[in-house]
Amino acid sequence: MTEKPIAMRDALLTRIWRAMSSDENIYFTCADFGSPVLDKIRVDFPDRFVNVGIAEQNLINVSAGLALEGFKVFAYAIAPFITMRCFEQLRVSLALLSEVRPMNINLIGVGAGYSYVVSGPTHQCYEDITLMRALPNFRVLSPADHITASAMFDLCTANVGPKYLRLDAQVLPVIYSQDIGAPNLETGFKILRTGSKVCIISTGYMSHTAMKVADRLAESGIQVTIIDLFDITGFDQAQMQALISTYKGLVTIEEGFRGRGGVDALFFELAARNDIDIKHLNIGVEGGYRFELGSRSELHEQVGIGEKAVFDEVKNFVACL
Amino acid sequence: MKTNFLRDKAHWVWRETLAVHLRAPETRIASSLSPIEIFVALYYDDVLRFDAINPLSPERDRCIISKGHGSICMYPILADLGFFPKDELEKVCMAGGILGGIPDPVIPGYETVNGSLGHGLGVSAGMALGLKTRRADQQVFVVCGDGELHEGACWEAIMFAAQHGLDNLNLIIDNNHIAMLGYTDDIVSHGCFSERLGSFGWSTYEVDGHNISDVCATLHSMKATRDGKPKVMIANTLKGHGVPGLENQPLSHIINPKPEVIDNLLESLM
Repeated sequence: MTEKPIAMRDALLTRIWRAMSSDENIYFTCADFGSPVLDKIRVDFPDRFVNVGIAEQNLINVSAGLALEGFKVFAYAIAPFITMRCFEQLRVSLALLSEVRPMNINLIGVGAGYSYVVSGPTHQCYEDITLMRALPNFRVLSPADHITASAMFDLCTANVGPKYLRLDAQVLPVIYSQDIGAPNLETGFKILRTGSKVCIISTGYMSHTAMKVADRLAESGIQVTIIDLFDITGFDQAQMQALISTYKGLVTIEEGFRGRGGVDALFFELAARNDIDIKHLNIGVEGGYRFELGSRSELHEQVGIGEKAVFDEVKNFVACL
Repeated sequence: MKTNFLRDKAHWVWRETLAVHLRAPETRIASSLSPIEIFVALYYDDVLRFDAINPLSPERDRCIISKGHGSICMYPILADLGFFPKDELEKVCMAGGILGGIPDPVIPGYETVNGSLGHGLGVSAGMALGLKTRRADQQVFVVCGDGELHEGACWEAIMFAAQHGLDNLNLIIDNNHIAMLGYTDDIVSHGCFSERLGSFGWSTYEVDGHNISDVCATLHSMKATRDGKPKVMIANTLKGHGVPGLENQPLSHIINPKPEVIDNLLESLM
């Protein structure tokens, strides 16, 4: 039986809350951002929970100080603010300092992509993968369901260094059901479905879109492989290279700007560096910031990453291979 | 007399700092001359607990030097105390050396990244919170410039420290009144630091930052005070202290005194 889906943050925060009773080295910081599970943390562990207020720069510097004192820190805020409001703090106090000091610090950013549907571009987040993967020493993690988000707790506590977890704000269906199996943290990606000719690599919410598109393509007689990439900077490069080398076409799908250094750039570079002869279609948010209102799927269609838009693009791409 | 020893030590550091600058003109000299008595007091008058052999020993008091560029005077001090070999002072800004134009945390004795201003206070607040959580008695000292306090992140940390009663946090402001392009009062004035920080919930102490005995007495008194409030010492100093043509000049940050001026000065004071 497949587990009932819950919010990614509740899954991860529950793991943290449970661990805090036995591990006195876990500290939780946040920038005035909550969740029902967070209430349990602040009630049960008041001396290892701090809300710095709406002050992300201080959130990062205070968290850095705590990490220097040996705490495993989880810092929690809305995704665009924990990545962009305090970018220099991330660069100086985490990426740079962790070059010479062991610092276990884990940023939990909630609101990947368009997950804050009606809040508009300030609260939506289409630049974070590009920016965070630009910082050496940072590990960028992008789960597609709550099971992956929960599993990442183990990765966070087992590995020193700064990490950024981009979580969706909405409750997404379960991908890692018993049939699929657990997300393998050592590899950093998982083959969700196997086809031929074309391999689709997607992350976060877009792995759900990719699965739906694959169903529609199958109805048209096109079988595609789907890879859910959840460890964007730490995935097993050799395995990934070997895998994509067997296809004629590669499609990357991300809920971030197209052609601005996100997952697409990662794979353009991977193929170019390793001389992999593969055609690459990069699907991402087309154009700039938008102010239209609508459902997430309506917004996605407007910017070229909706189910229909992706289906059309991939179908044309396959026809040209 | 301890005071004479400290005064002589400060003078020695002042001379050595000028000598370093002669060899490495890329270093910021004026802002490195204003905090000399502060650092001499911290390191030579038993204010700080430190371990030169094991600089990151958990037993140490943490000293965060947030005004990185303006702390070249720490190079002779750390060498003198045995944090690294003295011959490093001959290799400042040179390939193979560890002492750069702006200090990095690869230098034993430097805790954090200081090149970019305005980060030290927030990181210090986090360390102080961590120490308090562990009920450790080590304290955190952080030296900031007054110009650096234009950064908004500093004020986030100032509010945070008061909110959490971080009485193990000691901020020292090297209040030399000059940023890169002139007097801070002409750029964005801080008004009266004592009033301003007092109103933010800090215990404030104000001293002549070049009076070594006052600086020492104040730092000891701050360290001994644990009354639920973070503490700040406003040390009123002169940028370019002791160097004619440099001292208190609004553009002293970017003026490099001519080598012969420094030579003559050092000679006349022999």
